[in-house]
Amino acid sequence: MIVKDVVCPFCGCLCDDIEVEVEGNRVVAVANACELGATKLTGERRMKNPILRDGDAWKDISYDEAIRYASDMLLSAERPLLYGWSGTHGEAQCVGVHMAELVRGVIDNTSSVCHGPSILAIQEVGHPGCTLGVVKNRADLVIYWGSNPIDAHPRHLSRYTYYADGFFLENAFRDRKVIVVDIRKTETANVADEFMQIQPGGDYAVLSALRAIVRGRAESIPQTVAGVTREQLIRVANLCKEAKFGAVYFGLGLTMTQGKYKNIRNAIELVTELNRHTKFTISAMRGHYNVYGSNEVNTWMTGYPFGIDFSRGIAFYNPGETTAVDILARKECDAALIVGSDPAAHFPRRCLEHLADIPVVQLDPYPNATTAFCNVQIPVAVTGIDAEGTAYRMDGVPIRTRKIFSTEYPSDEEVLSRMYALMQEDG
Amino acid sequence: MSELLIRNACVIDPLRGINAEVMDIAIRDGVIVENVGGSAEVIDAHGALTLPGGIDSHTHICGTKVNFGRYMSPEDMRAGRTPRRGHMHSTSGYSVPTTYGNSYRYSAMGYTTLLEGAMAPLEARHTHEEFLYTPLQDTMANTLFDGNWAIMEAIRDGDTKRVAAIIAWTLQAVKGFGVKLTNPGGTEAWQWGKNVSCIRDPVPYFEVTPAEIIRSIVEANELLGLPHSVHLHCNNLGMPGNYTCTLGSLGLIPDLNPKRQTLYATHVQFHAYGGSDWKDFCSKSEPIVRFVNMRPQIVIDMGQVMFGRTTTMTADGPMEFNLYRLHHEKWSNHDVELETGSGIIPVVYRRKNLVNSVMWAIGLELALLMESPWQCMLTTDNPNGAPFVRYPEIIALLMSKRYRDAEFATIHPDTGSRVPLPAIERELDWYEIAVMTRAGQARALGIQDLGKGYLGPGAEADVAIYPIRIDEVDPAVDYQKVIEAFSQTEYTIKRGRVVSRRGECLVDGSNATLWVRPNVSDDYDMGRDPDFIEKFDRYYTVRMRNYPVQEEYLNRDRCIETEAGI
Repeated sequence: MIVKDVVCPFCGCLCDDIEVEVEGNRVVAVANACELGATKLTGERRMKNPILRDGDAWKDISYDEAIRYASDMLLSAERPLLYGWSGTHGEAQCVGVHMAELVRGVIDNTSSVCHGPSILAIQEVGHPGCTLGVVKNRADLVIYWGSNPIDAHPRHLSRYTYYADGFFLENAFRDRKVIVVDIRKTETANVADEFMQIQPGGDYAVLSALRAIVRGRAESIPQTVAGVTREQLIRVANLCKEAKFGAVYFGLGLTMTQGKYKNIRNAIELVTELNRHTKFTISAMRGHYNVYGSNEVNTWMTGYPFGIDFSRGIAFYNPGETTAVDILARKECDAALIVGSDPAAHFPRRCLEHLADIPVVQLDPYPNATTAFCNVQIPVAVTGIDAEGTAYRMDGVPIRTRKIFSTEYPSDEEVLSRMYALMQEDG
Repeated sequence: MSELLIRNACVIDPLRGINAEVMDIAIRDGVIVENVGGSAEVIDAHGALTLPGGIDSHTHICGTKVNFGRYMSPEDMRAGRTPRRGHMHSTSGYSVPTTYGNSYRYSAMGYTTLLEGAMAPLEARHTHEEFLYTPLQDTMANTLFDGNWAIMEAIRDGDTKRVAAIIAWTLQAVKGFGVKLTNPGGTEAWQWGKNVSCIRDPVPYFEVTPAEIIRSIVEANELLGLPHSVHLHCNNLGMPGNYTCTLGSLGLIPDLNPKRQTLYATHVQFHAYGGSDWKDFCSKSEPIVRFVNMRPQIVIDMGQVMFGRTTTMTADGPMEFNLYRLHHEKWSNHDVELETGSGIIPVVYRRKNLVNSVMWAIGLELALLMESPWQCMLTTDNPNGAPFVRYPEIIALLMSKRYRDAEFATIHPDTGSRVPLPAIERELDWYEIAVMTRAGQARALGIQDLGKGYLGPGAEADVAIYPIRIDEVDPAVDYQKVIEAFSQTEYTIKRGRVVSRRGECLVDGSNATLWVRPNVSDDYDMGRDPDFIEKFDRYYTVRMRNYPVQEEYLNRDRCIETEAGI
């Protein structure tokens, strides 16, 4: 059976034009997707049933037992952490917020180790952005800064920017210019019209220089700034000012390098400045297919996009204090529920040492690095394959992922709702 | 079967012409009936003011830009926090509260039905998701068509029926309620960083004017037989001298519908400015009101400004950028492909600021000068003029000249020479306030046939009982008591259940979503139109099949079907 218009549950591009061929409970062929998406859609070797750590071995347990374990763990914890959320659908994220509120826990998502600093910058200076289709149809200049879409978001260029059909561009590929700004010549830099190579840690200075040039202060720029020549800076600034519609897409190369949220603030202020001359937008290349959805859900339910601490009863937000890495590093939390992410593959060693010391329950279809730290793992249906639900694309467009086939696995939402119901009874 | 009897209610029910009669209200299974049995639960209102549940016909509570207002403003979230308690979840936020915050605070003020003022079709799913978490009010969304490419092309081709067909397809796809135009044409121009100056200025590339967009969409709206009229946010919002543009826009509107207005002009305060720049900025409420008084086909809402901090958010992207250049606070913008845009900035309206003082006066003038309260709804364009929690103060200002004078004494001293407010003696009465906060809204939105906005048999049992006896309080003098009474009901009853008692919400609630499905002939079904489908596939970044909002996003699904004339 062929299923069309499937929504790819891999990256923030959330491509919704995938075709898959299904045989029984297996995807046997995928068309239109990138390699990353195709790999996820054809993923195999799922965990069969919930497992409980029993000394050095694993014991099979029922869903009822696993859910009871998790519910008891969260209810008896003093300071539970509910982490992850970017790899599941919005409906499950909503239940997660209610659970965190009930047990006065901390709920955080993967943006605290990803685009968290971008969000902090937005909270200082705002965010001039747009949906991806606006860029597709209008942009004659696209800048990738500290991001490498060919590797990380492979269809970004073809669906939304460089190679995409654009209403206002006769020959989109020829009429659009792409500038790549990075510390090394990436795959994306190879296809760009202009590559601006910055010395590591030099983004802030380069952004400041561009702002100065855009404001008519080119004479104050030294011969080179962080390895970029004055001539190139002026050329790039002019390309920006002369564009009819410019779009900046930045990645962790800007967000998580020296300067962090100040880099993003500077980039946003450059874009705001450019709007006095032409039309310019800026957006983050969000990673997980629904990391932005997790920010959205948290925001309408608690007021804050990530790092929310309910220990005072009210929602309290103080990134650096109420974020997962900090809470683990301070050995503060005494239980963790992990949903839709793999912190063991990404967190600092000190955090993992603490994770090993406390009870951990993970909801994930597959064994992953975090499995080694779990007391219980509950396999769930994969959103976009055998579960459906809402996801928010990197530009905030919500799309309902499709169920391609049905399995016996419960969705994240089902498992969490049962857990929450138990907690309400007992709590 | 559940039965409830409200005894000794002092009822004002303008849609039935009832003005302060003490009576009983019988409720069975969520609906008002003639009488109930002896075993019904009884609430004794002790003569307290009892009104149909409040209806806000223009507020921003759910969706992409509202949530971005929260996202970018942790300082606003910290400015209003309540913990989880009983059935109430924790809330955050002052000017842009979380969904639960909106729902609880509106409910405590007696509001049971809310219209989200601006939903971008492409992002409609987001609005509906937030509606699910706004449990104590029925909700509906005005859908944005101001910069819709397919519609502008149809207008350019002079094909009003096709305009109607595109609206019909879109409304049923995104589960929208009404047609909203925000700065028509301007939101498309803004995607090039430009704007339209007024209604005769053509939109770049599409070569249609705002006037053509307004007129054509008004006609299309009536062709479809939609319950609500076109809901217009005029061009040129917030600019000195914009009242002429507003008058020009209102002058485009014929009288096409015998049951209700043909145009709802929203937050008119922001469109009633005289002067040629900020230095000679002044009120032009009088010419606007004179114009509307003579035209029953137009209903307006106030868009009252109240002093203090708030967040402005609108689909009018270019206006927000202009505002940003004045205020230099943070600025967000979000253009939506093929459809519309939006912008957000936080602002503080200050008493000491002359422009802000004039704005404050204009809103009040509109309400006080309009002859018929049925033509002027009480709003702040929440949260643009002020958060909705300020409504009780606005009610008191409209009911008390003394209160207005006291406030006037605290604002910028030059205001008096620029506004007519000090000379206006009128004080609105309870009946007029009831019109402006529920009955008028129900009629303007065209939802009285669904049982909204009145308390007669057959109506939905949405009732607000306020802790005030109107025979004992003179609002002209005791305005503080008016503010207190409207700030918190004694009982708010939604679908026959007490949902809020003295500010405490008592149930989890579950909202109903009202949306419209216009039935069109096969020839006008855009879902089968090759040109529409081809352009959709080429220029949207979402597949046409993935675009419609599924039923999963409707809690209680209240679809209104209309028979379209196409």
